Amino acid sequence: MSESPAEGAPALSRVDVTGAAADMLRHLAATYGQLMFHQSGGCCDGSSPMCYPVGMFRVGASDILIGTLHVDGMYPVEVYMSRSQFEYWKYTFLTIDLVDGRGSGFSIEAPEGKRFMIRSRLLDDSELEAFGLATHGGVTA
Amino acid sequence: MTIIDRDTEQQQAAPAAAPSVYANPGTAGAVMSFKPRYDNYIGGEYVPPANGQYFQNPTPITGQIFTEVARGTAADVDRAVEAGWKAFETWGKTSVAERAVILNKIADRMEANLELLAVAETWENGKPVRETLAADIPLAIDHFRYFAGCIRAQEGGISELDNDTVAYHFHEPLGVVGQIIPWNFPILMAVWKLAPALAAGNCIVLKPAEQTPASIHVWLQLIEDLLPAGVLNIVNGFGIEAGAPLASHPKIRKIAFTGETTTGRLIMQYASENLIPVTLELGGKSPNVFFADVADEKDSFYDKALEGFTFFALNQGEVCTCPSRALVQRSIYDGFVADGLERVKKVKQGNPLDVSTMIGAQASNDQLEKILSYMDIGKQEGAKLLIGGERADLGGELSGGFYVQPTVFEGQNSMRIFQEEIFGPVLALTSFDDYDDAISLANDTLYGLGAGVWSRSGSQLYRAGRAIQAGRVWSNTYHQYPAHAAFGGYKQSGIGRENHRMMLDHYQQTKNLLVSYADGPMGFF
Repeated sequence: MSESPAEGAPALSRVDVTGAAADMLRHLAATYGQLMFHQSGGCCDGSSPMCYPVGMFRVGASDILIGTLHVDGMYPVEVYMSRSQFEYWKYTFLTIDLVDGRGSGFSIEAPEGKRFMIRSRLLDDSELEAFGLATHGGVTA
Repeated sequence: MTIIDRDTEQQQAAPAAAPSVYANPGTAGAVMSFKPRYDNYIGGEYVPPANGQYFQNPTPITGQIFTEVARGTAADVDRAVEAGWKAFETWGKTSVAERAVILNKIADRMEANLELLAVAETWENGKPVRETLAADIPLAIDHFRYFAGCIRAQEGGISELDNDTVAYHFHEPLGVVGQIIPWNFPILMAVWKLAPALAAGNCIVLKPAEQTPASIHVWLQLIEDLLPAGVLNIVNGFGIEAGAPLASHPKIRKIAFTGETTTGRLIMQYASENLIPVTLELGGKSPNVFFADVADEKDSFYDKALEGFTFFALNQGEVCTCPSRALVQRSIYDGFVADGLERVKKVKQGNPLDVSTMIGAQASNDQLEKILSYMDIGKQEGAKLLIGGERADLGGELSGGFYVQPTVFEGQNSMRIFQEEIFGPVLALTSFDDYDDAISLANDTLYGLGAGVWSRSGSQLYRAGRAIQAGRVWSNTYHQYPAHAAFGGYKQSGIGRENHRMMLDHYQQTKNLLVSYADGPMGFF
């Protein structure tokens, strides 16, 4: 592993997790083992991060690994998104949060009465630079 | 409302002296009440879930819990699939006339209980009772009648291959099918899947959405005596605990799902393991294109177009085909948008059980939170907020409900609020220069479920409608859902169609009998 599982995000991360979401991940890992996220698009519960045990959802060439979450006491949690969707998301930093709720396709936190949710902010200038997006048009940074 | 046809409008007139505000279910004067608990419905009877667990179901109108529902698991799904196959032994052999009679009786029963069903659906989902009375339930009723007619009229084929050889083509049911239902139109979306599957002679295991698990049982209890035991089985529960075991069950012959892309992919993955067909409806980011000639006159057509602009707020924006991107030609932009915003201001938000309410509650707290998070990213991306933009607190008992103001952002099509399905009453608005620009913007999306085009020019309307990559292009109209028009997606919006007679194909096998009437051998051996 090149990235250190230290507190605080690694230098080049574009994803993070809130404390509440990290607690839920640890809770779920006790039942399901190693976990991953795939960011959904589309209807109903779409535009939400879906949490699965590793191996349940088959990631393919159409997906991109957008980051890895390092949660104390857990194996790294990889976060994927479809490449086509990432084209529209690449200027944003994503934080996975947890809210009260229910229903999320087959995402494993639903029975807990909770729902993982994405909070977004625009990448700042130094982050855009670091991700090679600094000269790219299309956003008002 | 324009989303219904004339026939259903007449049905809507039935209840004399309908109240202006329906009482909360279960209170004095209410037209219906929910039971305190709903079990799974398997093999023609209500049975407790195998693990004995239940989950609580709140109404989004007040946030209060009003019933609890079985938390089904794989063991319940197994039992339901088994009950379905047992029933299929006889149901699969019933005549089309028998099945059509049953579908028509279901429709009649629903029609006689329109208010009851409408209020149950509103309490469950949060949508205005005005819509459930005029659209959800009448459309569901018509859907049963439509497929009752289709299955009677459907014919197989006979091909005379040569003088002695004939190919016969028969339609046969698939067997037991799985159906996973979304929460935005809990009864209507269930009926979209149920009616063709039943008409074709299949047995069903249906999993309602965990956000809206109860109203389908109110419906079921009205019509339960009309269906033989085991033909329809309902297993409630969470996606991971009941939906995944259903979608991956080795004994189902088809799976139908409405929802989002990641779960859609997972369901295809399961279907590939079992080599069964799958139909998916996965939403969209539908463009609503207004060409300049719309504003040539300030007449009834212009008024209709303004309503079309405002249709993003229908069902709180919780529609897969929500016209959530408005593209307005630059030459009329300022005036048309100003008039459009005036129309949006007139959208009345309030108690969904008040018949004058036009926009109700979002279906769940997580849905509310997601919409608010998108408003936040819209502002951060530099989109200009023209109206709305906040959660709405309606006071009293409604303060606990999940209400959002109708919201319009002005921005560019590359912004995330223009590209992602927010599934709330949030419109992303931008301008275009000419026809080519309009089509380019309209098609600059991962999705292709619905679209709207507005123009006084028939040829422009036609050309634009054909050029937009979407399965349904409403032309000078929007949000009409008649049973006899195919509905489904291009691109990442899904696979297959719903509605229309062609839907029967998704629930039928083709049996070919190739028959030789020749007296002698072929001559090879």
